[in-house]
Amino acid sequence: MTAQGELQVQGTEKQIVQSDAERTRERIAFVPRVDIYETEEAIVVLADMPGVDEKSVEVTLEKDVLTINGYVEPESYQGYSLAYAEYRVGDYQRRFTIPAEINRDGIEAAVKDGVLRLHLPKAAPATHKIAIKAG
Amino acid sequence: MLERAFFPMSIWREMSRLQREMNQLLTSWPRLQFGLGMGYPAMNIWSNDEGAIVTAELPGVDAASLDISVKDNVLTISGSREPLELGEGSVYHRRERGYGRFTRTFQLPFQVAADKVEASLEKGVLKIALPRAEADKPKKIAVQAG
Repeated sequence: MTAQGELQVQGTEKQIVQSDAERTRERIAFVPRVDIYETEEAIVVLADMPGVDEKSVEVTLEKDVLTINGYVEPESYQGYSLAYAEYRVGDYQRRFTIPAEINRDGIEAAVKDGVLRLHLPKAAPATHKIAIKAG
Repeated sequence: MLERAFFPMSIWREMSRLQREMNQLLTSWPRLQFGLGMGYPAMNIWSNDEGAIVTAELPGVDAASLDISVKDNVLTISGSREPLELGEGSVYHRRERGYGRFTRTFQLPFQVAADKVEASLEKGVLKIALPRAEADKPKKIAVQAG
Protein backbone atom coordinates (compact mmCIF):
# COMPACT_ATOMS: atom_id res chain seq x y z
CA MET A 1 0.00 0.00 0.00
CA THR A 2 1.28 3.44 -0.75
CA ALA A 3 0.31 6.61 1.05
CA GLN A 4 0.14 10.09 -0.43
CA GLY A 5 3.58 10.96 -1.84
CA GLU A 6 5.32 8.11 0.03
CA LEU A 7 4.78 9.74 3.40
CA GLN A 8 7.10 8.83 6.21
CA VAL A 9 5.95 9.89 9.65
CA GLN A 10 8.99 11.14 11.54
CA GLY A 11 9.77 12.01 15.11
CA THR A 12 7.37 12.48 17.97
CA GLU A 13 5.61 15.68 16.96
CA LYS A 14 2.38 15.49 15.07
CA GLN A 15 2.71 15.88 11.34
CA ILE A 16 0.36 18.30 9.58
CA VAL A 17 -1.43 17.12 6.46
CA GLN A 18 0.14 18.51 3.27
CA SER A 19 -2.20 18.26 0.36
CA ASP A 20 -3.33 20.11 -2.75
CA ALA A 21 -6.98 19.93 -1.78
CA GLU A 22 -7.82 22.44 0.93
CA ARG A 23 -9.99 21.38 3.80
CA THR A 24 -13.40 23.04 3.99
CA ARG A 25 -13.16 23.24 7.75
CA GLU A 26 -10.72 25.71 9.24
CA ARG A 27 -9.36 23.21 11.74
CA ILE A 28 -5.89 21.91 11.28
CA ALA A 29 -5.49 18.27 10.30
CA PHE A 30 -2.75 15.93 11.43
CA VAL A 31 -1.49 12.73 9.89
CA PRO A 32 -2.29 9.87 12.25
CA ARG A 33 0.45 7.34 12.89
CA VAL A 34 -0.43 3.92 11.52
CA ASP A 35 0.71 0.36 11.80
CA ILE A 36 -0.09 -1.70 8.72
CA TYR A 37 0.46 -5.42 8.55
CA GLU A 38 -0.56 -8.13 6.16
CA THR A 39 -1.73 -11.57 7.17
CA GLU A 40 -2.58 -14.44 4.87
CA GLU A 41 -6.18 -13.36 4.52
CA ALA A 42 -6.23 -9.59 5.06
CA ILE A 43 -4.44 -6.30 5.43
CA VAL A 44 -4.95 -4.64 8.82
CA VAL A 45 -4.51 -0.92 9.45
CA LEU A 46 -4.32 0.57 12.96
CA ALA A 47 -4.39 4.36 13.20
CA ASP A 48 -3.78 6.40 16.35
CA MET A 49 -6.44 9.09 16.53
CA PRO A 50 -6.89 10.13 20.17
CA GLY A 51 -10.08 12.07 20.78
CA VAL A 52 -12.01 10.22 18.12
CA ASP A 53 -14.85 7.69 18.55
CA GLU A 54 -16.96 5.66 16.15
CA LYS A 55 -19.29 8.62 15.57
CA SER A 56 -16.57 11.06 14.59
CA VAL A 57 -14.66 8.90 12.14
CA GLU A 58 -15.26 8.62 8.39
CA VAL A 59 -13.76 5.93 6.24
CA THR A 60 -14.50 6.29 2.53
CA LEU A 61 -13.38 4.30 -0.46
CA GLU A 62 -13.33 5.91 -3.88
CA LYS A 63 -11.97 3.85 -6.74
CA ASP A 64 -8.81 2.57 -5.14
CA VAL A 65 -8.17 5.34 -2.62
CA LEU A 66 -9.13 4.78 0.99
CA THR A 67 -9.51 7.97 3.01
CA ILE A 68 -9.60 8.09 6.80
CA ASN A 69 -11.03 11.22 8.43
CA GLY A 70 -11.22 11.71 12.18
CA TYR A 71 -12.94 14.74 13.68
CA VAL A 72 -11.96 15.95 17.15
CA GLU A 73 -13.73 18.53 19.27
CA PRO A 74 -11.45 21.43 20.19
CA GLU A 75 -10.13 21.04 23.70
CA SER A 76 -11.35 23.65 26.17
CA TYR A 77 -12.32 23.74 29.82
CA GLN A 78 -14.68 26.31 31.23
CA GLY A 79 -12.94 28.78 33.49
CA TYR A 80 -9.46 27.48 32.72
CA SER A 81 -6.86 28.91 30.40
CA LEU A 82 -4.20 26.98 28.54
CA ALA A 83 -0.96 27.54 30.41
CA TYR A 84 1.37 25.02 28.78
CA ALA A 85 0.95 23.05 25.58
CA GLU A 86 3.10 20.31 24.13
CA TYR A 87 0.60 19.08 21.60
CA ARG A 88 -2.11 20.58 19.44
CA VAL A 89 -5.61 19.23 19.07
CA GLY A 90 -7.04 18.87 15.58
CA ASP A 91 -8.63 16.55 13.07
CA TYR A 92 -6.91 13.58 11.46
CA GLN A 93 -6.66 12.63 7.82
CA ARG A 94 -4.75 10.07 5.82
CA ARG A 95 -5.13 8.44 2.42
CA PHE A 96 -4.03 5.08 1.15
CA THR A 97 -4.06 3.38 -2.22
CA ILE A 98 -5.66 -0.02 -1.85
CA PRO A 99 -4.23 -2.93 -3.83
CA ALA A 100 -6.61 -4.56 -6.28
CA GLU A 101 -6.76 -7.87 -4.41
CA ILE A 102 -8.81 -6.37 -1.56
CA ASN A 103 -12.46 -7.34 -1.36
CA ARG A 104 -14.03 -3.89 -1.14
CA ASP A 105 -17.34 -5.11 0.23
CA GLY A 106 -15.73 -6.84 3.16
CA ILE A 107 -13.88 -3.85 4.61
CA GLU A 108 -14.58 -3.46 8.32
CA ALA A 109 -13.75 -0.55 10.61
CA ALA A 110 -13.88 -0.25 14.41
CA VAL A 111 -12.77 2.42 16.88
CA LYS A 112 -11.61 1.76 20.43
CA ASP A 113 -9.77 4.10 22.83
CA GLY A 114 -8.90 6.50 20.05
CA VAL A 115 -7.47 3.80 17.77
CA LEU A 116 -9.11 3.03 14.42
CA ARG A 117 -8.78 -0.55 13.23
CA LEU A 118 -9.42 -1.33 9.57
CA HIS A 119 -9.74 -4.89 8.37
CA LEU A 120 -9.28 -5.21 4.61
CA PRO A 121 -9.90 -8.81 3.56
CA LYS A 122 -8.19 -10.10 0.49
CA ALA A 123 -10.59 -11.42 -2.10
CA ALA A 124 -10.57 -15.17 -2.43
CA PRO A 125 -9.37 -16.10 -5.90
CA ALA A 126 -12.45 -16.90 -7.91
CA THR A 127 -12.45 -20.30 -9.55
CA HIS A 128 -15.06 -20.81 -12.19
CA LYS A 129 -16.13 -24.24 -13.05
CA ILE A 130 -16.66 -24.42 -16.77
CA ALA A 131 -19.35 -26.73 -18.01
CA ILE A 132 -18.44 -28.98 -20.92
CA LYS A 133 -21.06 -29.54 -23.57
CA ALA A 134 -21.03 -32.49 -25.83
CA GLY A 135 -20.69 -31.95 -29.55
CA MET B 1 -7.37 41.21 34.85
CA LEU B 2 -4.16 42.66 36.25
CA GLU B 3 -3.15 39.53 38.15
CA ARG B 4 -2.63 37.69 34.84
CA ALA B 5 0.29 39.93 33.96
CA PHE B 6 2.24 38.98 37.05
CA PHE B 7 2.04 35.21 37.32
CA PRO B 8 1.23 32.59 34.72
CA MET B 9 3.93 32.91 32.07
CA SER B 10 6.92 33.13 34.40
CA ILE B 11 5.71 30.28 36.61
CA TRP B 12 5.20 27.96 33.65
CA ARG B 13 8.48 28.90 32.03
CA GLU B 14 10.28 27.93 35.24
CA MET B 15 8.24 24.77 35.30
CA SER B 16 9.16 23.83 31.77
CA ARG B 17 12.82 24.32 32.63
CA LEU B 18 12.38 21.98 35.60
CA GLN B 19 10.48 19.62 33.29
CA ARG B 20 13.36 19.50 30.85
CA GLU B 21 15.77 18.75 33.68
CA MET B 22 13.45 16.07 34.99
CA ASN B 23 13.18 14.51 31.52
CA GLN B 24 16.95 14.44 31.20
CA LEU B 25 17.18 12.63 34.54
CA LEU B 26 14.63 10.06 33.43
CA THR B 27 16.18 9.27 30.06
CA SER B 28 19.29 8.01 31.80
CA TRP B 29 17.26 5.35 33.66
CA PRO B 30 16.95 2.05 31.80
CA ARG B 31 13.42 1.46 30.54
CA LEU B 32 11.97 -1.64 28.94
CA GLN B 33 11.82 -0.82 25.28
CA PHE B 34 10.50 -3.12 22.58
CA GLY B 35 11.64 -1.65 19.32
CA LEU B 36 10.02 1.76 19.05
CA GLY B 37 9.60 3.26 22.52
CA MET B 38 6.42 5.11 23.38
CA GLY B 39 8.41 8.22 24.13
CA TYR B 40 6.92 10.62 26.59
CA PRO B 41 3.25 11.35 26.02
CA ALA B 42 2.90 15.02 25.17
CA MET B 43 0.92 16.91 27.80
CA ASN B 44 -1.13 20.09 27.90
CA ILE B 45 -1.91 22.02 31.05
CA TRP B 46 -4.92 24.21 31.71
CA SER B 47 -4.94 26.24 34.89
CA ASN B 48 -6.77 28.75 37.02
CA ASP B 49 -6.59 29.87 40.64
CA GLU B 50 -8.32 26.73 41.85
CA GLY B 51 -5.97 24.23 40.26
CA ALA B 52 -4.95 22.67 36.97
CA ILE B 53 -6.16 20.15 34.41
CA VAL B 54 -3.49 18.06 32.73
CA THR B 55 -4.34 16.30 29.47
CA ALA B 56 -2.34 13.77 27.51
CA GLU B 57 -2.99 11.76 24.36
CA LEU B 58 -2.70 8.05 25.09
CA PRO B 59 -4.47 6.20 22.28
CA GLY B 60 -4.86 2.46 22.75
CA VAL B 61 -3.54 2.51 26.33
CA ASP B 62 -5.41 0.29 28.75
CA ALA B 63 -6.67 2.22 31.77
CA ALA B 64 -5.69 -0.74 33.94
CA SER B 65 -2.03 -0.26 33.06
CA LEU B 66 -2.08 3.43 34.00
CA ASP B 67 -0.50 4.46 37.25
CA ILE B 68 -1.10 8.06 38.31
CA SER B 69 0.30 9.33 41.59
CA VAL B 70 0.57 12.73 43.21
CA LYS B 71 2.86 13.75 46.05
CA ASP B 72 2.96 17.38 47.23
CA ASN B 73 3.48 19.19 43.94
CA VAL B 74 4.80 16.32 41.81
CA LEU B 75 2.61 14.37 39.40
CA THR B 76 3.82 11.03 38.05
CA ILE B 77 2.10 9.21 35.19
CA SER B 78 3.16 5.82 33.94
CA GLY B 79 1.61 3.12 31.86
CA SER B 80 2.18 0.89 28.90
CA ARG B 81 0.77 -0.13 25.57
CA GLU B 82 1.10 -3.69 24.39
CA PRO B 83 2.85 -4.32 21.07
CA LEU B 84 0.83 -6.01 18.33
CA GLU B 85 0.93 -9.77 18.14
CA LEU B 86 1.25 -10.90 14.59
CA GLY B 87 0.48 -14.47 13.62
CA GLU B 88 2.59 -16.78 11.53
CA GLY B 89 3.20 -15.61 8.01
CA SER B 90 2.31 -12.00 8.78
CA VAL B 91 4.48 -9.13 7.65
CA TYR B 92 4.56 -5.41 8.44
CA HIS B 93 4.04 -2.81 5.73
CA ARG B 94 4.42 0.16 8.07
CA ARG B 95 5.29 0.59 11.72
CA GLU B 96 4.88 4.11 13.02
CA ARG B 97 3.07 3.66 16.32
CA GLY B 98 5.06 3.30 19.51
CA TYR B 99 4.48 0.81 22.28
CA GLY B 100 6.06 -0.24 25.56
CA ARG B 101 6.27 1.43 28.96
CA PHE B 102 6.31 5.15 29.54
CA THR B 103 6.82 7.25 32.65
CA ARG B 104 6.52 10.99 33.01
CA THR B 105 7.05 13.14 36.06
CA PHE B 106 5.76 16.65 36.24
CA GLN B 107 6.45 19.33 38.81
CA LEU B 108 3.54 21.71 39.29
CA PRO B 109 3.92 25.24 40.66
CA PHE B 110 1.55 24.49 43.54
CA GLN B 111 0.80 21.85 46.14
CA VAL B 112 -1.95 19.48 45.06
CA ALA B 113 -4.88 18.36 47.21
CA ALA B 114 -4.02 14.70 46.57
CA ASP B 115 -7.30 13.31 47.86
CA LYS B 116 -9.32 15.41 45.42
CA VAL B 117 -7.49 14.43 42.24
CA GLU B 118 -9.71 12.96 39.51
CA ALA B 119 -8.54 11.23 36.37
CA SER B 120 -10.41 9.88 33.35
CA LEU B 121 -9.37 8.16 30.14
CA GLU B 122 -11.81 8.63 27.27
CA LYS B 123 -11.31 8.03 23.56
CA GLY B 124 -7.60 7.75 24.20
CA VAL B 125 -7.31 11.12 25.94
CA LEU B 126 -6.23 11.20 29.60
CA LYS B 127 -7.56 14.06 31.67
CA ILE B 128 -6.38 14.68 35.24
CA ALA B 129 -7.99 17.35 37.42
CA LEU B 130 -5.57 18.60 40.08
CA PRO B 131 -7.08 20.99 42.62
CA ARG B 132 -4.76 23.20 44.60
CA ALA B 133 -4.27 22.33 48.25
CA GLU B 134 -6.21 24.75 50.46
CA ALA B 135 -3.03 25.96 52.14
CA ASP B 136 -1.55 26.82 48.76
CA LYS B 137 -4.36 28.91 47.35
CA PRO B 138 -3.54 32.56 46.75
CA LYS B 139 -4.64 34.58 49.76
CA LYS B 140 -6.03 38.02 49.54
CA ILE B 141 -4.05 40.40 51.68
CA ALA B 142 -5.96 43.23 53.28
CA VAL B 143 -4.33 46.61 52.84
CA GLN B 144 -4.53 48.84 55.87
CA ALA B 145 -5.36 52.42 55.12
CA GLY B 146 -3.34 55.27 56.67
